[in-house]
Amino acid sequence: MKALSPAQDGSESGGGVWRFPADRPLRLDSGAALSPLEVAYRTYGRLNADRSNAVLVLHALTGDQYLASTHPVTGKPGWWTRVVGRGLPLDPDRYFIICANVLGGCMGTTGPGSTDPATGAPYGLAFPVITIPDMVRAQAMLVEALGIETLFAVVGTSLGGMQVLQWAADYPERIFSAICIAGAARHSAQNIAFHEVGRAAIMADPDWRGGAYEAAGVRPEKGLAVARMAAHITYLSEAALQRKFGRELQSDGLSWGFDTDFQVESYLRHQGASFVDRFDANSYLYITRALDYFDLAAAYGGQLAGAFGQARDVRFCVLSFSSDWLYSTAESRHVVRALNAAGCRASFVEIKTDKGHDAIFLEEPALDSALRGFLASAAEKRGLT
Amino acid sequence: MREDFREILRLTPVGARVLDVGCGEGDLLDLLTRERGVDGQGLEISADGVSACLARGLAVVQGDADHDLDSFPTRAFDVAILSKTLQQMRDPRHVVSELLRIADRAVVSFPNFGHWRVRWALLARGRMPETRALPNPWWSTPNIHLCTLHDFLALTDDLGLRIEACAALSGGRPARPIPPRSVLENWRAEAAVFVLRRD
Repeated sequence: MKALSPAQDGSESGGGVWRFPADRPLRLDSGAALSPLEVAYRTYGRLNADRSNAVLVLHALTGDQYLASTHPVTGKPGWWTRVVGRGLPLDPDRYFIICANVLGGCMGTTGPGSTDPATGAPYGLAFPVITIPDMVRAQAMLVEALGIETLFAVVGTSLGGMQVLQWAADYPERIFSAICIAGAARHSAQNIAFHEVGRAAIMADPDWRGGAYEAAGVRPEKGLAVARMAAHITYLSEAALQRKFGRELQSDGLSWGFDTDFQVESYLRHQGASFVDRFDANSYLYITRALDYFDLAAAYGGQLAGAFGQARDVRFCVLSFSSDWLYSTAESRHVVRALNAAGCRASFVEIKTDKGHDAIFLEEPALDSALRGFLASAAEKRGLT
Repeated sequence: MREDFREILRLTPVGARVLDVGCGEGDLLDLLTRERGVDGQGLEISADGVSACLARGLAVVQGDADHDLDSFPTRAFDVAILSKTLQQMRDPRHVVSELLRIADRAVVSFPNFGHWRVRWALLARGRMPETRALPNPWWSTPNIHLCTLHDFLALTDDLGLRIEACAALSGGRPARPIPPRSVLENWRAEAAVFVLRRD
């Protein structure tokens, strides 16, 4: 186990990489089995004596387990230090908070960059196609390995929100409450279309080499950067872009060329360039594919309520952002209507903001107060003090 | 405590499954949860209202009674409450019939447009009434479907609903049981609360 950076608020923190032996493969929806499986995770706070205060946080597409501790690659603060920390809605003095790198990721959990035991080389495209249910199955294995029978809460944003819904469908008896933030129960045509742009950019980069770039000692950084630039636009709202950049120029006057004249261009290029330092191109392909394949209702004859049929004892909280056009309020409302139809106990609010999908990570007092209220009442019902 | 709340509290069985439609900031749901131990769910259109409810630990969904009631399954609740909200619905007939599909019993309260002050304002002054129960001028009122007690009775008859109880609510005084079809009460009651069942 590597030395761990402490939680940023100084509270107790742990984690490592859980290695599941070859006789415990991960059975995938595609029919393949993945072994060995490694799951990299971080924890914050301490598990109480009756193991009832565990919260599993599920990260977004390009997130990772560094929830509230300094990122080892970028040196930047954890991705959710606004919500996780002392005195915050997810307080490590109260809860045992777990966050694992997603299956297919590139921060320690088995993914296309891991070593293929069959060849001794990185998997590349030999890595099997994975789905959101597969990701959740791996998370459930970790939670079980950590000795936790029932999670007090699963909390997820974006991709993580979709996993929260999958948890409710597949393991309803193992969760007490579920919080889905800016998620959806399926990927729309527009969602798939944007992902296809990203994947096409990666695969068009000559350094991608059919996915075997690592063996060639290169990385498809240009393609991955373009993928990130396109995706990043979907994380922001038109209003936020306008407010931040408008038509402001980088310097006085136009260059009459194709340099970064506009501040918004410079911003996007920076987003693309910094992303390639911390993310892997093949992971991007696999995880976006899993998102595109996601349609929770499909396994229930197209009736989403069917997915929540066994989750009547779970307390749900669904949150969306008014200016989020990636996973819009309409998608969250669709989930809420299915929860109502299934007879589940649900809360839902659309948070008014002009910050788009990115509001997940930004200052949103309404998000904090909704999380605080929901968690406090669930904790009371769970008998947590 | 609002007088209609006091009456609704009295009418709600302990431990009932309750849906409060148009629950605002959750005052009634909170009261019912504390005093009657109900298993409560709210529906509220305003984000601020829902946020306030969540902060109080209530289960509330942001939504619109005109559109979102149809997502609830049949007989999911023991009691559905529509407290002084009916007159703001786009389709009150649909809402009332949905309440009684979703729940065994509906508790509906609304201001009475047949109250003598309302009639007087129109008759003597030729102006839209502004009263204790209807405090806003016509151009800012959220009320789009006002009715009298007898109008409401015609609707419940039409929908084949049974009136289990009816009480008049007038300016802070305790709720007063009334015969719902009384002509006099249609003049006297400022507002009323009905308990309805499917017949």
